[in-house]
Amino acid sequence: MTQEEIHANGRRGFIKTAAIAAVATAACGSLACSCSSKKEVPVAGDKVKLLSPDGEIVEIDSAYLNHQEHMAIVSKLEAREGMEGKRFVMVVDLSRCKNARKCVSACQKWHYRPEETEWLTVKLMKDSDKAAPYWFPKQCFHCDNPPCVKVCPVDATFKRQDGLVLIDNDRCIGCKFCMAACPYSTRVFNWDEPEMPFDLKGLAANPETNIPARVGTVEKCDFCPDRAREGLLPPCVEACPNGVFYFGDENEDSVTNGDETIAFSQLIKERAAYRYMEELGTKPRVYYLPPKDRQFPVERGYENLSDTLKARFKDVMEASGGITK
Amino acid sequence: MELNQYQQEAFDKQRPVIETYGKKTWAWTAFFLIWIFVGGYALYLQIADGHIVTGMRDNVVWGLYIANFIFFIGISYAGAIISGILHILKVEWRKPIIRIAEMITVISTIIGPIYILLCVGRLDRLHHLFLYPRLQSPITWDVFAIGTYFTGSVIFLYLALIKDFAIYRDAKLNVPKWKQKLYKTLAIGYKGTPSQNRHIKISTNLMAIMIVPLAIIVHSVLSWIFGMTLRPGWHSTIFGPYFVLAAIYSGTGVLIMAMWVYRKMYNLKNYLTDKHFIYLGYIMMVLGAGYGYFTFSEYLTEWFSSAKWDSEVIEKLFNPAEYGWWFLYANLFGILLPILVVAIPKTRTPNMITIASFFMVIALWIKRYLIIVPTLESPLLPMQDTRMEYVKYSATWVEWALTFAGIASFFLFFTLLSKFITIIPISEFGDKEKKVIAASEIEIETNKGIAIA
Repeated sequence: MTQEEIHANGRRGFIKTAAIAAVATAACGSLACSCSSKKEVPVAGDKVKLLSPDGEIVEIDSAYLNHQEHMAIVSKLEAREGMEGKRFVMVVDLSRCKNARKCVSACQKWHYRPEETEWLTVKLMKDSDKAAPYWFPKQCFHCDNPPCVKVCPVDATFKRQDGLVLIDNDRCIGCKFCMAACPYSTRVFNWDEPEMPFDLKGLAANPETNIPARVGTVEKCDFCPDRAREGLLPPCVEACPNGVFYFGDENEDSVTNGDETIAFSQLIKERAAYRYMEELGTKPRVYYLPPKDRQFPVERGYENLSDTLKARFKDVMEASGGITK
Repeated sequence: MELNQYQQEAFDKQRPVIETYGKKTWAWTAFFLIWIFVGGYALYLQIADGHIVTGMRDNVVWGLYIANFIFFIGISYAGAIISGILHILKVEWRKPIIRIAEMITVISTIIGPIYILLCVGRLDRLHHLFLYPRLQSPITWDVFAIGTYFTGSVIFLYLALIKDFAIYRDAKLNVPKWKQKLYKTLAIGYKGTPSQNRHIKISTNLMAIMIVPLAIIVHSVLSWIFGMTLRPGWHSTIFGPYFVLAAIYSGTGVLIMAMWVYRKMYNLKNYLTDKHFIYLGYIMMVLGAGYGYFTFSEYLTEWFSSAKWDSEVIEKLFNPAEYGWWFLYANLFGILLPILVVAIPKTRTPNMITIASFFMVIALWIKRYLIIVPTLESPLLPMQDTRMEYVKYSATWVEWALTFAGIASFFLFFTLLSKFITIIPISEFGDKEKKVIAASEIEIETNKGIAIA
């Protein structure tokens, strides 16, 4: 097999499993219960269409659906070690982002987070007075020199061999020092009992899934290593309609946005990639491609927003004279 | 134990204080207990409902609690540094005031760390600090530093108390049995033998030498919680010495205030003399000048070089619509006022020095708040959040209730302790001390004369 074929196969596998997962998650999301399969279940009457692993569409009575939340598939120890031989990396193409916000909602859905708890945020950046504003999606940068990990007193947040910075929310004491230390405001805190769409609270938490969320602990974007183990892309990458996010492995030197797979080194070389606030010495694992030759005018990301969302970006928009109406 | 004439005088004067618990004191106690009770209710809410009941949110993750933490650890320096250094330098006039200073130290070292616990989201997991400690975290340093410092301060206070406990034991005080028993236990069989005296002397000297570097380490480590981050306004190389100096400074202020209250309340004018106020005033003035120098240096460099994020914080501190007035107050009353009051002979009186200390201590509390909140409100990335409580910090009643509960516990602890031990150490009075006290009034007159001339 040539290099391209491997990538093509890998991609097909990605997309196929992703589709199933997407359907399954959608179905489960609508079911706010977890049923036991041992009991006789009365037929509910309403049929649900599902995509089977063979690629066929089947109809099943909703009562027979069994909820399968995405559970940790590795032990806590493995979750601390990370995947051998991998160096996860993300490339964000700023020239393609139009603040469609599909990444945000996909991320929140996958992690069962409420609307306002964004692990992935899209900011409207304007670097200087005359500079043109641009949309700036921001996950956790999974820094190679992470200020958050340095300050954690109990080893609740740690750096893995595959480059990820994760949190064990069973260990976190909630001192919030990591939040103060992170220069990118990446981390969020569960200020009260986190609402989960169904009862997950009894489950053991795993750093790879960050589920269930716990009150009084810190959480953040985890690059979805549970999905990577299954050969799936993070939901944000999959959900983006414009292929903004490229996710992959630095050791393999390949990144994909679901549509195309490119050599990582080539991409960052040709597109003059940079890391955000390199001068802080944090060595982020997220690279940005500058917003040159943009596919969308910046206003496109502003016009169709709700009023609350518009309010977030209003100041920058006005300062740049970006609003025409 | 045999008491000499001056010790007897000092003891007779204070004997009624530790023998009685009058109506006034009860009212006083009840008043503080109410505050503590309200704080307890607030704490219950915070534990039951989560930290959502506080004003802290994802950007401003720390608020009043941490300001109180720095403040209380800061004032604990009264005993550690002031009494430690004066002890090492064998300054004779320190003797009547060291007890108060060391009481401040021990009490505020108990209260201070409680505030850092209030910041912790999962109190049920505190044992993780010892189960999974990570040495590179400044919080771990703090746990060990404060733990050692507290132990050291208690020992330092206790060593100076042993002789007094023996005096209370032998005096057949009119107090309940448990109290007499406690005095007896705490006196650990002290009889005044030369060997016992020698041991106490050596241990006290050792503790005095150890407590000074320990105290410096504690506040440096505390400042590094901020200094080690990449945050504007925090990431500063002078934060260690700046915090240490501010701590000794505020400790001196609290010590002066405590002296004033006791002098008034128990009529101890012969022991807590004008000279003590004026000498501590001099110390406060020098510390104030040093603190002012650090403050000026810190903000001048940030303002002059005007890096983007530094400027953002500076802008908030200078802007009257944000923290401008507070910043102005913190500097005028925290630096200028105490210096002027002590420098001008006319205002160099116990009352004026105490008033200046009062305003200075408040200013230093505000300063701690101004170190924490404006920086956290200036993240490096734009916030772009429409939830106002996430953008701007404002403390809720829960946080205020717990703040006042802390202050109330400080006073309550003080009241209880001063009903248990004498505020003026009795055993310290040899013949020399009496002479020093007698001479003090004359000395002060001479000082005034020199200053005016």
